[in-house]
Amino acid sequence: MTVNTPAPGPDLTPAGAAAPLPAMVLAQAGAEIRATLRNGEQLLLTMIIPVLLLVGFSSAPLVDVGGGSRVDFTTPGVLALAVMSTAFTGQAIATGFERRYGVLKRLGATPLSRTGLLLAKTLAVVAVEAVQVAVIAGVALALGWRPGGSPLAALALIVLGTAAFSGLGLLMAGTLRAEATLAGANLVYLLLLGCGGVIFPLSAFPDAVEPVLELLPISALAGGLRAVLSGGSGLPLAGAAVLAAWAALTLGLASRTFRWE
Amino acid sequence: MAMDSPAVEIIDLVKRYGRTTAIDGLSLRAARGAVTAVLGPNGAGKTSTVEICEGFRRPDGGTVSVLGLDPARPELRARVGVMLQSGGVPPAMRCGEWLRLVARFYAHPLDPAALLDRLGLAEHARTPYRRLSGGQQQRVSLAAAVIGRPELVFLDEPTAGLDPQARHACWELVAALRAAGVSVVLTTHHMDEAEKLSDHVVIIDHGRVVAEGTPASLTGAERQLRFRARPGLALDELLTALPAGSAAKESPAGHYIIEGQVGPELLATVTAWCAAEGVTADDLSIERRTLEDVFLELTGRELR
Repeated sequence: MTVNTPAPGPDLTPAGAAAPLPAMVLAQAGAEIRATLRNGEQLLLTMIIPVLLLVGFSSAPLVDVGGGSRVDFTTPGVLALAVMSTAFTGQAIATGFERRYGVLKRLGATPLSRTGLLLAKTLAVVAVEAVQVAVIAGVALALGWRPGGSPLAALALIVLGTAAFSGLGLLMAGTLRAEATLAGANLVYLLLLGCGGVIFPLSAFPDAVEPVLELLPISALAGGLRAVLSGGSGLPLAGAAVLAAWAALTLGLASRTFRWE
Repeated sequence: MAMDSPAVEIIDLVKRYGRTTAIDGLSLRAARGAVTAVLGPNGAGKTSTVEICEGFRRPDGGTVSVLGLDPARPELRARVGVMLQSGGVPPAMRCGEWLRLVARFYAHPLDPAALLDRLGLAEHARTPYRRLSGGQQQRVSLAAAVIGRPELVFLDEPTAGLDPQARHACWELVAALRAAGVSVVLTTHHMDEAEKLSDHVVIIDHGRVVAEGTPASLTGAERQLRFRARPGLALDELLTALPAGSAAKESPAGHYIIEGQVGPELLATVTAWCAAEGVTADDLSIERRTLEDVFLELTGRELR
């Protein structure tokens, strides 16, 4: 009869097998959410700036919102901004640096497939957006926001907007150098914040450029959310179509051009 | 499971980057349960070869099979552990957190805390990766390579930049992997590492195998007599006194190497000749050839 003695150190005997896909996706999504919530710049971008804009532009008569309630005008724009900051700016910068530091490559050597990684990233973006929507809606309600319209229509717009902005973010992160993605994503964020009907109504721009600006994904999302939540309309088809077109274009291009190293 | 297939089998591998041929008809075989060291200078094609086996790159010619499968097959990801030459870890992530994350991709992982402890990193579990020293970062990458309990591990320069203590911890882990029946393929340009750790050494240069075998078969049974003395001694005279088949050279200046039947007779001849010449032989020693010598002979270049 033999007696088993515990081996010193961990048991290295081969037993390589993958965890179930949902477990892998949840693990990776959890890591991405923690990384976002722990990163000061990301919090500034995703939480602090939107809330400051919401409070500032709802309280003070800084722009002409055309006679309605300031908070009713501002809140949908800020919700659109929050979606853009997480799905586009935050995701582009984080993914760009993951690529640069070899993290995407290293994850490619684990059982987590690329599909699994993209699912995890999507899940993380959606989870952060849920926190953003809760915080922004809470602040807006405290400021006297009276939302109307169909919540499902608003949700559909947010889903389409998330797809469009994720595609744009991954397109940049997968093709540009990490530093260029960092600079580019911030620049695009500022441009779209200024020209996309987030805070300033598109009617403030010259008549010639207004139809062009309406084709921007941020205008479609901010304008669409405003039509639903403040105007009480159903799903605005033109805005939804613009977002769907951006999503198809950018996700298609990103899937063709994305470099993992 | 096809246990009869080797851990890695590469036949006539070719890899080009633009007009540069990085791998030029390389063939090698790494046996199951053994440690195979791929040795060569920087730019010899070591990393390209390993990254093709890991499924990161596709070959331009030849065939590669890993555990009997095409390296691109997704089921290999769970059975093969990978340590990249550098990077691969999010800089802001705590190293314990990284290992726990990687562990969750596998069905039967090692305990991350126990593994950190074994590699001497227990007190750094909460330290962000970027704050670790280079040697500590290497050990985190090594831990991540084995945490899924793989059958085969690729380690690309696992001890580059490690201090002696960390290098020892790495060597012990490789020995433990081998004892547990894991196949290991590692690249290195440290000769001592290849000699100590491996069952099989493959020396590559310019993308080709220039020699392979066990460390002992490569260095040969032949021994050398070495000593130092003033430069420019007349070795021709010494050679006439030595048994036929002996060789003597001065390389570099002031360092003498005598090869042949190194025994008491040859030693006596050399020391008598030194006495006659009026020189004192310093650091006189009888040694085996090292892999370093083998490499120099094969390629005409120093390894590093």
